[in-house]
Amino acid sequence: MFDATELNQKNERVEKLFRAGFGLMTVMLIIPVLIILTTLVVKGGSVVNFDFLFQSPTNGMTAGGIFPALLGTVWLVLVALLISVPLGVAAAVYLSEYAPENWFTRVINLAIINLAGVPSIVHALFGVGAFVLFFGFGTSILAASLTLAIMTLPLIIVATRESLQAVPYAFREACWNMGATRWQTIRRVVLPNAISGILTGVILEVSRTSGETAPIMFTGAAFFLPLLPQSVFDQTMALSLHLFVVSTQVPDMPEAVPYGVALVLICLVLLMNSLSIALRVYLRGRKKW
Amino acid sequence: MSADPKLEIRDLSIRYGDHVALEGVSLDVRENEIFGIIGPANAGKTSFLKSLNRMDMFNPAMKVGGEIRFNGEETRNWANVYELRRRIGVVFPLPVGLPMTVYDNVALAPRLAGVKNKAELDATVQRCLERAALWDEVKDRLDSLGSLLSGGQQQRLTIARALSQDPELLMLDEFSIAVDPVTTMRIEDVLKELKEEVTIILVTNLVQQARRLADRTAFFLEGQCVEIGDTEDFFTGEVADPRTRDYVEGRFG
Repeated sequence: MFDATELNQKNERVEKLFRAGFGLMTVMLIIPVLIILTTLVVKGGSVVNFDFLFQSPTNGMTAGGIFPALLGTVWLVLVALLISVPLGVAAAVYLSEYAPENWFTRVINLAIINLAGVPSIVHALFGVGAFVLFFGFGTSILAASLTLAIMTLPLIIVATRESLQAVPYAFREACWNMGATRWQTIRRVVLPNAISGILTGVILEVSRTSGETAPIMFTGAAFFLPLLPQSVFDQTMALSLHLFVVSTQVPDMPEAVPYGVALVLICLVLLMNSLSIALRVYLRGRKKW
Repeated sequence: MSADPKLEIRDLSIRYGDHVALEGVSLDVRENEIFGIIGPANAGKTSFLKSLNRMDMFNPAMKVGGEIRFNGEETRNWANVYELRRRIGVVFPLPVGLPMTVYDNVALAPRLAGVKNKAELDATVQRCLERAALWDEVKDRLDSLGSLLSGGQQQRLTIARALSQDPELLMLDEFSIAVDPVTTMRIEDVLKELKEEVTIILVTNLVQQARRLADRTAFFLEGQCVEIGDTEDFFTGEVADPRTRDYVEGRFG
C-alpha cells in the first residue's frame, strides 16, 4: 500500500543529486583556504619566531623582525574602531529604532549602500584630500584611521541594524506598553539582545580592516620608520603595506620573509575571527527566546 | 457601581491609511467591572485596545479619531503619556516573556518608573507573582530566564508584569489562545479576584469565556460595535441585533 510511486523515486533521485551538488560546492570552498595556509606555513613558517615578531627590521628590511608593522596595524585598527563603532552603532540605532519611514531615511539608506560599494582606493584618495590636507592631520595614524573608519562605517551600520531588527518587535511593544520611552526600551531590551550580533559585525570588520592596504598607504602608513610612533599624529608602519613592500619593492629579499609576514597577518585575522566566534557563542548562550 | 465610568469612548474611529479598522464606537467601561469584547477576526478588537493607551504614537499609519476619556480626562490631553500607559496594563495573545530573568521581567515596570530600592522591588515582584498565581511555581527560580518557562507560565508572568505597574485598567487580548485549559481556568480565577481592585477589559475569541467572566459585553463586527449589553442577555437571546445572536450561537465567525 505504501509502495513508492514513480514520482517518489524521481524526487528521491533529484534530492540525492542536489544534496551531493551542494555538498561538493561546500567542500570546494575549503580548498583555496587550505592551499593558502599550507603555502604560507611551508614557505614562511621557518622565519616566524619570537625575534621576528618583536624586533625591528634591519639590513634594508631583509633581516630582523616586523614589530613596528605589527604594532602599527594594531594602532590603526584600534583608532579606526574608536571612531567607527560609536558612530556606526548610533546611526544604526537611529535608523532602526527612531527614524520614520520617509524619503529622507531612504536617501540615507541609499547613501550607506553606496558608501559600502566605494572602492578602497577611492576612500584612500578621499582620505588624502579630507584628513591629510583639508583637516591638516598630515600623513598620520589619525588620518589613516579616519579613512579606515569611513570605509568600515557602512558595514558596521548594516550589521548593527540587522542585529537590532532581529530582536522581535513584540519585545518593544511589551516595553512601550509598560510606559517605557523609546530609549528605555532600547537600553533595557533591544541593545542587550542585539549586542552579540553587533560585536560579531565589529570583529569581522576588525579582521577586514587589518588587511587593508590602499586606504592607509597615502594617509598614514610608511615604507620604513626607524622609530615607533609616539602619538596618533605620527606615521606608522603597517603589516599590510609591509607585506607589499617586502614582496615587491626590496631587491635581494629572502623568499621566506614575505611569506612570513603574510602568515603573521593571516594569523592575526584568524585570531580575531575565532575571537568573534567565541564571543558569539558565549553571548548566544545567555540569549534565549 | 461608582458614578463616573472609568473609560468613556465617544465616536471612536481607527484608520490605517485608507483601511478603516473601527468606526463610530461609543461605549463606557465602568469601574471594577470586567468588560468583555467578542467578535471574529478583523473586527477591530486589538486596534481598539491599542488606541486606549495611545500606542498609535508608535505607528504613524494608525490614525485615531473621536474621544477617549480615562478617569474623565481625554487621553490625548494627558501631558505624560508614559504615566497613562503605566496605569493601563496590557496582556498580549502570545505570551511575551522578555529575554531576562523572571525577577527582571516583573521588576521592569517599577524600574522604568525609577524604583531602585531592592526591598521594594522584591516585595513588588512577590506580590505580583502571587496575584498572578505563579509565585509557588517560580519562587525558587526567579533568576532563570523568563522565556524558558512554559507557555502557560509565561502568560501568567506577563500578567504579573502587567500588574507590577499597579494599573487601574487591565487589558487582556485573547490571553488564552496559547494556553492550556487548566491554566486558562487558573487565570480566569485570578481575573475574578483582580476585579475587586482593577477594571478589566477582556477581548476574547471564546464566547463562553466572556460568559464566565464578563459583567457586560460588546460585540464587534467588521469595524463596528454591533451591540453592548449585560453578558447574560447575550446568552438568553435578549439581543437587539440578530447578528449578535448568530455569533454567540456559533452560526458564523
